[in-house]
Amino acid sequence: MDVRLSPEQRALRDSAAQVVERWGPHAVGQLDDTERRAKLDAAVAAAGWRELRAAADEDGTPWASGVEVGIVAEELGRGLADVAFLGPTLAAELRRLAGAPPAPAPETVALVSDLSALAATVDGALPPRTVALDAQGSSTALVLVPVPAAGGLSIGQVAVDRGPALAPARVDLTRPVVDVDAAVTVEALPHQDRVLTGTVLTRWTALGLAAACADLVGTMRGAVQLTSDYARERRQYGRPIGSFQAVQHLLADAHVSTEGSRSAALHAAWAVDALEPTDAVAAAALAKAYCARAARAVCETAIQVHGGIGNTWECLAHVHLRRALLSTAVLGGVGPSLARVLDHHGISDGTGDGTGDAPGGERGLR
Amino acid sequence: MDFGDSPEEAAFRLGLRDWLRDNNPRLPASSTSDEYWAGHAAWHQALYDAGFFGLSWPTAIGGHGRPSVYEAIVDDELAAAGAPPRPHLGYLVQGILEHGSDDLQRRFLPGIVNGRDRWCQGFSEPDAGSDLASLRTRAEPDGDEYVITGHKIWTSNSDVADWCLLLARTHPDLPRHEGLSAFAVSMHQPGIEQRPIRMINGITSEFGEVLFDGARVPATNMIGRPGEGWKLAMTVVSHEREPGELGYVARYRKLVHELTAAVRQQPDHYGPEQRRELGWAIVEAEMLRLHVCRRLSDRLDGITHGPEGSIDKLLMTAVEQAVGHAALAVGGVAHGADPGGGDLGGGDDHAWLAVYLYSRAQSVMGGTSQIQRNLVATRILGMPAS
Repeated sequence: MDVRLSPEQRALRDSAAQVVERWGPHAVGQLDDTERRAKLDAAVAAAGWRELRAAADEDGTPWASGVEVGIVAEELGRGLADVAFLGPTLAAELRRLAGAPPAPAPETVALVSDLSALAATVDGALPPRTVALDAQGSSTALVLVPVPAAGGLSIGQVAVDRGPALAPARVDLTRPVVDVDAAVTVEALPHQDRVLTGTVLTRWTALGLAAACADLVGTMRGAVQLTSDYARERRQYGRPIGSFQAVQHLLADAHVSTEGSRSAALHAAWAVDALEPTDAVAAAALAKAYCARAARAVCETAIQVHGGIGNTWECLAHVHLRRALLSTAVLGGVGPSLARVLDHHGISDGTGDGTGDAPGGERGLR
Repeated sequence: MDFGDSPEEAAFRLGLRDWLRDNNPRLPASSTSDEYWAGHAAWHQALYDAGFFGLSWPTAIGGHGRPSVYEAIVDDELAAAGAPPRPHLGYLVQGILEHGSDDLQRRFLPGIVNGRDRWCQGFSEPDAGSDLASLRTRAEPDGDEYVITGHKIWTSNSDVADWCLLLARTHPDLPRHEGLSAFAVSMHQPGIEQRPIRMINGITSEFGEVLFDGARVPATNMIGRPGEGWKLAMTVVSHEREPGELGYVARYRKLVHELTAAVRQQPDHYGPEQRRELGWAIVEAEMLRLHVCRRLSDRLDGITHGPEGSIDKLLMTAVEQAVGHAALAVGGVAHGADPGGGDLGGGDDHAWLAVYLYSRAQSVMGGTSQIQRNLVATRILGMPAS
């Protein structure tokens, strides 16, 4: 056991941090700067980070492990990078698992309306209010199509129509979620070598949860940094508000839960490829429950410590919170993740949601 | 980055697993029972004699000189077997290793590590809790000895200790942090009175008060230089905040396994609220296991004890108290399951209630959560002093 990042992994982290520092948004006003955003997107494309899980070898081994995906996701989250990563990464994973060639053009995945699962067709039609995740730049999204004769699922592809006015209405100002037209035709993705089984898709879910956890950790780190900087500068009663214990303890708690989240998320990222699928997804769900609970509290602290300003559109604190709410909803938030944990330990209460009061993904989103 | 075992680590793990099959003393949870504390010394010695204690400590003091991450493997296997956690005295070892002379290390550390000498830590006083540097216990020179007068409290295992790592004021004229020195004081002498403290869950064996009235200690038993006591105390308390040093991951996971087994055995007895509390305890305990893997891996670059210990202490406290809440939820207040299967200890409280009640102390002992938050904010996040 040695859970330190390797020199190559540290270099990847530093490289992602540099790209986000150079081209990421440093103020709410910069979110509208399309030129900056295009440069960020070009830098991410040039680095090949969206293809980390695309097939590299004849035998379908991915370029990189879940750990590398997590490293990039964390840095993108930390810098509120308004660029597609999670969606394209999950699309590439799905293609590789099915033995399909890499996408010829930017592509994402389509999820059910509360983002808790990959969308699957029923009698050829998509579920109501299917959405394309992380849709910036993608013209197509992948869905699942049952193949009863083969006892599994195959991949279908739908067109994504990116309406110009959609993005600001969504929860996350950095990663738009776009409605998929209910009447859209689901095309079969060509050149699929394998039918997807439940076990294979369990591994896919583990990667998605682990990547979402890493993004949450990054978002928390960014929020704690933003807020600590503010608390050192902002003065009331003739001294920095960061000198008051009441404020210090809020920040300390935020930092501590960020560090705990990081340990759980690192393990989830490692588990994607190192453990059996059921154990990998259990590790990811456990991390998701911890990280998602922490992230909402940490981002709420960021707003609180910023005071009145923290409740204005101009302050980046709500951009962190919004990003955390989206990452939380992806493939299931606190309640569904805790239910997975209970199920894995054989103590589920059989309702499918052993928690009684799962926070609703949809309530946070629309 | 690898949470998995190397071949050598895997072989070690299997060896420990085999040994535990025949050598698990089946003690109750440490926090619930005087019976646990009575069996503690024998467990320490058995674990040491079998080669499973002090894995990362130097061989010269009885350790095994292995990489720090072996401690995480020990915790894993102890928890999986339902065995007691490893003895949590690493902070004393680290304090003497860092500040004691070679001679003192040779004299004292092998006995601490092999469990033949039992030690307690005399730091806190009735009027010196969070504000430790205000302590008033005096050590006054008399020939080649010092004479100790004072009152210590929250002294773990003082009832059975052979030795006390004592922090006392040797230079009352110096500024308060500079006038303290540390000593290894024999507990077997006149002039020392030990009184047990009954905690809220009823146990009496863990904590005590110790009154020093003319007890004597040779000057050669001073650990570190005169006036180095505060530095030694900071080394000790830093390590005392680290779950990886304490081995508490095994304790929490053992409790979580037992609670999970209770719910599985009688599923009809437990509703969503109880299952949710237990779910969070599972999540928290696993998070701490992974966090300790991270910290022990960081130590592969060399032992450090920085302000990060305060983060770990706060995480550990959250885990202990989440496990406590799960124990309360699953055990209830009237007819709870008994994890020990025997003597419940602690008077009339049943064992799960005792686990819960004991958990409240974790946010106080070893430095309160409020002090830890002060340290995280000022030392790590760079907030100005209040």
